[in-house]
Amino acid sequence: MSLFLFLSFVALLSALGVVLTKNPVHSVLFLILTFFTLSGHYLLLNAQFLAAVNIIVYAGAIMVLFLFVIMFLNLNEATEPQKPLLAKVAATIAGGMLLLVLVAALRGVQPAGYNAATFNSQVGMVDKLGLVLFQQYQLPFELASILLLAAMVGSVMLGKRETGERNF
Amino acid sequence: MTFETLGWQGLVILVIFGLSLLIATYCTYAERVIAAFLQDRVGPDRAGPYGLAQPLADAVKMFTKEEFFPGGASKALFTFGPCLAMTTALMSSAVIPFGNAVQFGSTVVHLQGIEINVGMLYVFGIVSLGVYGVMIGGWASNNKFSLLGAIRAASQNISYELAMGLALIAVLMMSGTLSLREITLQQTHPNGWHLGDIFTWNVFKQPIGFIIFLVCAFAETNRTPFDLPECETELVGGYHTEYSSMKLGLYLFAEYINIIVVTAVMSVLYFGGFNYPFQYEFLDFLTTKTSLSPDWAHNVFVLMGVVAMFSKIFTGIFFFMWVRWTLPRFRYDQLMRLGWTILIPLAIFNILLTGGLITFGVIK
Repeated sequence: MSLFLFLSFVALLSALGVVLTKNPVHSVLFLILTFFTLSGHYLLLNAQFLAAVNIIVYAGAIMVLFLFVIMFLNLNEATEPQKPLLAKVAATIAGGMLLLVLVAALRGVQPAGYNAATFNSQVGMVDKLGLVLFQQYQLPFELASILLLAAMVGSVMLGKRETGERNF
Repeated sequence: MTFETLGWQGLVILVIFGLSLLIATYCTYAERVIAAFLQDRVGPDRAGPYGLAQPLADAVKMFTKEEFFPGGASKALFTFGPCLAMTTALMSSAVIPFGNAVQFGSTVVHLQGIEINVGMLYVFGIVSLGVYGVMIGGWASNNKFSLLGAIRAASQNISYELAMGLALIAVLMMSGTLSLREITLQQTHPNGWHLGDIFTWNVFKQPIGFIIFLVCAFAETNRTPFDLPECETELVGGYHTEYSSMKLGLYLFAEYINIIVVTAVMSVLYFGGFNYPFQYEFLDFLTTKTSLSPDWAHNVFVLMGVVAMFSKIFTGIFFFMWVRWTLPRFRYDQLMRLGWTILIPLAIFNILLTGGLITFGVIK
């Protein structure tokens, strides 16, 4: 429980940091910290595979790309565009409404809990997850993998040099 | 887990930590000696016998140099960069099995930091985080050359991580487990021709995957011929141009620890980890021909496995240094083309080939 509270505290604090820091690079670093705390939550929920994949994909790959682009464009406090007041007010109202809806929806939720006698401790492990994916969700899994493969082949095709083109 | 096993495990973790630091220290010495040997010159021989105290002298130099912060640099991130590089480098050795379990009566001690069933993913995750140290340091330096080095490091790591992951998938398809200990234990055969121990190593079943992994390992650790992030002919010193004193020391140290970890992972995945040829004959000899108790016969057998593991690691480190002083550096566009248009298609072909061979029962 204390671990959960600590992780939640750090998660909320770093999530606030993402929004409140002026420097985009600091925002990205806070976002990486947020992903780490979320992985910690996955570990507490007995989902080792999800925790590892969250770190590899989000913290390790996608955030590196974010940081890459921000460094490449050399964004910093001076170049941050000033948004008009109307946009700020609209954003605050929209965000507040979302918060209201979320709180209203989740207010009456009773956590289901678990039965210690029948609880399967292997439930989030990678082999059990694999069995579920390949037995119950075979078609969606295969469709998603074809989509990802197509994206990968596409990126390689874009990276290939066309005939006659010369950059160096 | 009882308190006693927890204590033993803590001791194992401390030993692994200390050993990686010690080996990394002497890697700096080995690099110079090997460079000297390959270039037919003498090399370091002033400090101590055969220059063996050279790492100590270097450490004193590093610690006593002036600590320098470039103007306009983000001071907190400038310090945080090398710390992060060092931390991520040290973290990945936690799941590597350096040996099987030793026994003292009822106490069983695994010669491994911690055994988790997603060990391979853990290593892969930590390796993918390693680039942040370089990126943050390079950006915080407020220097164009550093920033270019950092950006090169980022794009290089992302590109080669993909091919490396695809090469690992082929190993995973054969092993059916992500635990590094299980993968090691699968690469041995208790019965049959015992020189055949060698031919159960994954490198003989996955030659294409091994070559892809090896090339990617060079790129991931920023070693020549892929050391574009710190390419001194183009970028002064790359991402660590502005660094001096022990902060530079941490970057250089992290590079050597990354080499140790990557060679350890390579020996676990492809070279049988702590297995060695004729190991069961050796165990047989220890139990029947010597007066050792069964426990101690087993322990000697296991400790020989640790020696085998470390000799594989040292051979790998030597190979890294050998390549560094043999091959020239690639151009950056050549590096990217190799990663995206050759290694990734080759890795996908390797996955298809492995799948086919498993389906038709040629390998398992």
